[in-house]
Amino acid sequence: MSTQEWPLWEVFVRSRNGLDHKHCGSVHAPDPKLALQMARDVYTRRQEGVSLWVVRSDHIVASDPDAKPELFDPAADKIYRHPTFYRLPDEVDHM
Amino acid sequence: MLEPRVEYVLRLADGALLLGQRLSELCGHGPVLEEDIATTNIALDCIGQARLLLALAGRLEGQGRDEDRLAFLRNEGEYRNPTLLELPNGDFGRVVLRTFLYSSFLDVLWPALQTSTDADLAAIAAKSAKETRYHREHTADWVIRLGDGTDESHRRMRDALDALWPYTAELFSKDYVDDAVTRDGFGVAWATLRDPWLRSVEAVLAEATLARPPDTPFLSRGKTGVHTEHLGHLLAPMQHLQRSHPGAKW
Repeated sequence: MSTQEWPLWEVFVRSRNGLDHKHCGSVHAPDPKLALQMARDVYTRRQEGVSLWVVRSDHIVASDPDAKPELFDPAADKIYRHPTFYRLPDEVDHM
Repeated sequence: MLEPRVEYVLRLADGALLLGQRLSELCGHGPVLEEDIATTNIALDCIGQARLLLALAGRLEGQGRDEDRLAFLRNEGEYRNPTLLELPNGDFGRVVLRTFLYSSFLDVLWPALQTSTDADLAAIAAKSAKETRYHREHTADWVIRLGDGTDESHRRMRDALDALWPYTAELFSKDYVDDAVTRDGFGVAWATLRDPWLRSVEAVLAEATLARPPDTPFLSRGKTGVHTEHLGHLLAPMQHLQRSHPGAKW
């Protein structure tokens, strides 16, 4: 049995108190069902989660690391996009 | 001869202990990293079940033997596991098939034992049922994939089934232990579980394109303490430390 033939799957775990699934790693598995089982066995052995997602790694569309300057740097000097300049009425607490 | 309730619990305890020990032999030798961890998880579940059951057997016996003494200081003839669980691992197909056949059995036994008149046994059954359901699920998937896989994987699964199937008859053989524990509602006679077990197993075998081997008169006798030559070789490394350094702690 050759691992090269098994596709890679990205694993997302929702923790007991978490609201969202967080990426925690990847597993090799031949199909979706075994991918979930492998993810369960590798990443939730110590009560890390209550829900699992797996997705084929090659189904994830990723941004190009070389495109970082044009994608992300322009946001750096646009501090007015942060909501810190608004004065909140006293009645609105906990923002 | 032990009290029937002790015999009954030891059959389950020793089965769990030996399956756990056999699967532990594969730690670090799995076909892929993920399956290595999956197999070891199952082994740890089995050893956990064995600890609870051995402790219960010791309490029922009332001779002051705890789980460690029962696990590490009994000889082959005192073990009560069905022979199926002491056989060597063989190839990966045989490993998953054994776990599948036996966990399919436990998968119908544990729910029935949850209504045991013994509160401890009922609690162990409730806890173990969840673990066992996953063991069965995981190994059933492998049986299907390998049985309905390549020519070679199919051939190996067929060989594994031919080799292991005769040992499943022992799971459903009846003796005085079954009679005694069913009288007061302590246990369930294993023989009554054969039909639900067959239905559960045959569904998977059919999907795996594996034909169920014919039943034969062969009947192994591990439950009564008559074992194969393999058990001694399994116990030697398992018991070595406690035998050489009795009561060792670390």
